[in-house]
Amino acid sequence: MPFDTTNPEKFRAEIRAWLAENCPVEMQDGDTTADSICWGGRNWTFQSDAQKQWLEVCAKNGLTCPTWPQEFGGAGFDRDQEKIWLSELDRIDARLPLQSFGIWMLGPALLHFGSHEQKLHYLPPITRGEIRWCQGYSEPGAGSDLASVQSKGEDQGDHWLVNGQKVWTSYADKADWIFALIRTDKDAPKHKGISFLLFDMQSEGVSTRPIKLISGASPFCETFFDDVKVPKDQIVGTENRGWDVAKYLLTHEREMISGGGSGRGAGRSLAKVLADAGHDLSEASLRSEAIACDIEEMAVGLTIERYKDQAAGGKGVGDASAMLKYAGTELNKRKHELFMSAGGSEALQWDGATGSLPADWLRTKANSIEGGTSEVMLSIISKRVLGLPG
Amino acid sequence: MTNLTLNEDETMLVDSARGFLDEASPVEKFRELRDAGKAYNPELWKQMADLGWTGVLVPEDQGGIDMGHAAANLLAQEMGRTLVSSPFISTAVMAATALRQVADNPRAAEALAQIASGDLTYALALDEGVKHAPSKTQLQAERVGNGFSLSGEKTFVVDGGSADRLLVLARTGDAEGALTLFDIPADRDGITRTAQNMIDARDSAQISFEGVEATGEDVVGTVDQAMSVLNPALRAGQAALAAEMTGLSSGAFGMTVSYLQERKQFGVLIGQFQALQHRAAHLWSDIEVTTSTIANAGRMMDEDPESAALAVSLAKARACQTAKLAVMEGVQMHGGIGMTDAFDMGFFMKRARVAQEWLGDYGYHAEQIAKIKGY
Repeated sequence: MPFDTTNPEKFRAEIRAWLAENCPVEMQDGDTTADSICWGGRNWTFQSDAQKQWLEVCAKNGLTCPTWPQEFGGAGFDRDQEKIWLSELDRIDARLPLQSFGIWMLGPALLHFGSHEQKLHYLPPITRGEIRWCQGYSEPGAGSDLASVQSKGEDQGDHWLVNGQKVWTSYADKADWIFALIRTDKDAPKHKGISFLLFDMQSEGVSTRPIKLISGASPFCETFFDDVKVPKDQIVGTENRGWDVAKYLLTHEREMISGGGSGRGAGRSLAKVLADAGHDLSEASLRSEAIACDIEEMAVGLTIERYKDQAAGGKGVGDASAMLKYAGTELNKRKHELFMSAGGSEALQWDGATGSLPADWLRTKANSIEGGTSEVMLSIISKRVLGLPG
Repeated sequence: MTNLTLNEDETMLVDSARGFLDEASPVEKFRELRDAGKAYNPELWKQMADLGWTGVLVPEDQGGIDMGHAAANLLAQEMGRTLVSSPFISTAVMAATALRQVADNPRAAEALAQIASGDLTYALALDEGVKHAPSKTQLQAERVGNGFSLSGEKTFVVDGGSADRLLVLARTGDAEGALTLFDIPADRDGITRTAQNMIDARDSAQISFEGVEATGEDVVGTVDQAMSVLNPALRAGQAALAAEMTGLSSGAFGMTVSYLQERKQFGVLIGQFQALQHRAAHLWSDIEVTTSTIANAGRMMDEDPESAALAVSLAKARACQTAKLAVMEGVQMHGGIGMTDAFDMGFFMKRARVAQEWLGDYGYHAEQIAKIKGY
């Protein structure tokens, strides 16, 4: 590792110097919109040379996944070092070099449940942006009741023969590999017969069909498995104990959806966002709603930070992450309603001056559904955190 | 790096505070005070001094434990949980913070020592209208000879009926910020204190000043520069009060969840009803989020006090909303019993209302945030 971690001041100075040398100016534009994200993967087309250069130099130094162990392609940063890294990125308005479901979801699950060989095999390509993962969780009959998945894997000795259908698979048509919940024991109680399998989307028998959404975009797909052969070593954790992995991963997914995936940009003022959109906030109700949203955003952002501090201190957050998901997504919906109001009639046009705002606004409506609905989150809190009966 | 979780010392402080208050000052003690028409229990105050709490913000040179604002907030939070009525925020938080700005002054140093020992209480006489607005102060301090003569009216002087001394904000010039802070005994000639019959049954006074004499020695800091001393004190008080309100919210919430787990209707525990479960879960989430803003305000005041204004207003604004929700849900989920005087929930509701208003309500702090963030 090129950085001196013996004291925080020196570490910060070195990070700052490293960024000055290595972060292309084009990547210091503060762009956090969906269109600017580098997702990586076999089929990825870089939007610019700068984007490619930024990914490569970060990956080489473990900085796409700074808290992962160096052995698996990370930088081995602790929580304080990660905070310094992120605050220095924020200081220069730098984009994140890479974002993906591999980083947010599969990586943490593999680090916890994977064998050493699996970590060595799967994690480094994630950190280098070489393999893009998608999540095979929901099915037509298994939404909020996720443990009812019916996609099945039949034991064929050295492999499982997988058949079934997933739905709401984000970017399945662009992903290289999938992590999927597959029923490997149909006679066991529903939580006890699921395995967590990994397989290549290019495997014979895998097909995808994009679903057109109310925003006009198709970020989600239906994914079909038709006699897909999955080798036996491509299981994470124990056979039929995949629900443990699935639940663990969900807590990370919920943090990500709550806005905690990157924890960045919280210092930006909604006032500035709205002023940039040409709105003067002279209307009393808009102004007070903007201030109220700003207060919520700061408060929820601090809560994400506090929970991360708690997790870094060895005290798990566990089911309380449902709260982050609930608070973060409800806030995001509220904010986008505000943006739409501030944008007025301009924001009603798909190709107006507010850019992707109408599509983004519609996209946020899924936030409180995906990864567990707000109501499921409240039920988790009431039963598992508060201990309310049945 | 700023860490928003409790460190080891803070965890110990919370544990010992909770243990002590559960024993020495549960909510029943507040009921006894209310029924006896008393503002606070001097014996409890003495015990709090012995534990070091009254000196939590007093420098060690003056006999304090000087643990900082995050620690002071944690104590206030625990006091909020069991509705402890005491001059802690007025005296140990605000007066101590104001006086330590000028601790090189021997009189201030002596006062700090007496605060730490529990022998001196203070109230801050700031507001004159119905809403918190220190900059609108009209009480005049006219220059007379080498000193001043104070005339005017203060209202909602929390702990003003029982305090030994007053920090009085007075106008000494026409410019908006031309204000001066005076430190005077509460029984000085010309001062009339009238108790206000408050909904939370705590001490608040209307205080009139008629030609009250003050000397240059009574000025805290510099003439016309009150805010440089008062602003840190206000922020400290606002953060501690926000913490008290969060503790109060947790206290009300704890009672409510217990009730959901024991009250039966339609043959089942009412906690089984999803409508109530989700209300409880939403309230718990809201308290968690506010708790983070309290932690942040404490850290900011200890680590970067010059930049703490946003963090403090965020904490007080959020705490006002949370406390309001917690007590309203508390009464609603208890049903009729929550409306009775024999049950404690009403105490939480009335204290929450007063604490919302004191030192600036949600609207006041939202406006501060809007100014800082450029709306």
